[in-house]
Amino acid sequence: MYNEKVMDHFSNPRNVGEITDAHGIGETGSFKCGDTMKIFIKVRDDKISEIKFQTFGCGAAIASSSMLTEMVKGMRLDEALRVTNQDVADRLGGLPPLKLHCSNLAADALYNAINDYRRRNAAAS
Amino acid sequence: MESRQVYMDHGATTPLREEVLEAMLPYLKEKYGNPSSIHSPGREARKAVDEAREKTATALGAEPAEIFFTSGGTESNNIALCGAARLKGKGRIITSGIEHHAVLDVCQDLEKQGFALTILPVDRQAMVDLRSVEKALDPDTFLISIMMANNEVGTIQPIREICTLAREKSILVHTDAVQIVGQLPIDVKELQVDFLTLSAHKFNGPKGIGVLYVRKGIPLSPLFRGGGQERKLRPGTENVGGIVGLGRALELAVGELPGKAEQLQALRDRLIKGLLAMEDVTLNGHPQKRLPGNVNVSFKYIEGESLLLSLDLQGVAASSGSACTSGSLDPSHVLMAMGLDHQEAHGSLRLTLGRGNTAADVDYVLHVLPPIVDRLRKMSALYKKER
Repeated sequence: MYNEKVMDHFSNPRNVGEITDAHGIGETGSFKCGDTMKIFIKVRDDKISEIKFQTFGCGAAIASSSMLTEMVKGMRLDEALRVTNQDVADRLGGLPPLKLHCSNLAADALYNAINDYRRRNAAAS
Repeated sequence: MESRQVYMDHGATTPLREEVLEAMLPYLKEKYGNPSSIHSPGREARKAVDEAREKTATALGAEPAEIFFTSGGTESNNIALCGAARLKGKGRIITSGIEHHAVLDVCQDLEKQGFALTILPVDRQAMVDLRSVEKALDPDTFLISIMMANNEVGTIQPIREICTLAREKSILVHTDAVQIVGQLPIDVKELQVDFLTLSAHKFNGPKGIGVLYVRKGIPLSPLFRGGGQERKLRPGTENVGGIVGLGRALELAVGELPGKAEQLQALRDRLIKGLLAMEDVTLNGHPQKRLPGNVNVSFKYIEGESLLLSLDLQGVAASSGSACTSGSLDPSHVLMAMGLDHQEAHGSLRLTLGRGNTAADVDYVLHVLPPIVDRLRKMSALYKKER
């Protein structure tokens, strides 16, 4: 059902956990299937310097969260905002069709985290 | 603890027994006759089908003429429900919200065709309330279909009592018994049921063969038209090898029943006890009135598919009612009908024991599960939030 790359990210997820003093936190969930993802970021020089995730969901939800964090770590924020859920699925070597829309939501959580960071920054300045 | 392969998905299917395969093999090889032929090879096949029918009847407390071979549980359910409905033409059918799709979807289709349908609710333990059955019976009701034991949570329904209620009002009763055959004794005469479905691969027989028991004198309209096989109720050349396998598997399963149910139940209770000792775990289904081989629990804060994948990596085969494993994005209709919320349904795990499972298997599952649950909870976006 899942390819080796997905199973690798599911079994050994990268960047799991939370950042207690995060600069931005983003959350998203699938109303339909109930999966929930949370992304924590730290930003330095307009780049993502640290990123962690927490996910309640299936194998695809966990693997796509892990892959996304790996893809955007060190990326400039405007670049990171251009990463799509589809990009994440492609980098995983594909996901089962049914999972594409319900569990592959990590990029949305990241957008929310970046927006949260920018909001906090705007409020501070 | 040493790693091992543990199959705990006997509710999905069971391994074919060696003795059953041996009984079948001649009919897949040299004894290839068509039971309808009058020559020796044909008569040889006919004899095998007749013997299997007798064994099946004996195992269920039925008469051979009441046994009809089909392709499995789904077909048996369809023949009983559609066959009875077609003869009746109109009226009300009563079923429950926790039926297998092979009953529920058939009933809903009949509703679209103009029949009235009542889908009875169940309680938190997945039990159908006898009073709700009684209340639902109206003068139009001609058929009740309620399963003997639920496939997901193992709750055993009061079919005998339902049949008594129905009999007073000349209402037909069908029961899907695929999960219970081979786990607990069944006597169709004692139950007073009109139609009963069973499927060989749930009791260590082959896939693709099942039975519909039809009480003597109850007419049914066939779904297929064709030859005269199975007294025209199910035409088509008999699956001789499958029928022989079903007969042998049922004979063996029922023969071993004294002692087997207790043995399975002891393993089940050992497993349930170990699971409930973990934090934030709840038992789904009835604590006592449940199949000897069924365990179903919900783990809070984690999702079933992740659990299944992790267990599979450790050699354990199980199943879940999670939306992520359903293929439809919806959580199990059974767990929802029981009143579980989405998260509880999401975190459900079904472990179904069968022949071959040992205490060492149970202990292995209880050994590998806690670290998996711990890992997934630590990863979960819901874990800390609610604590």
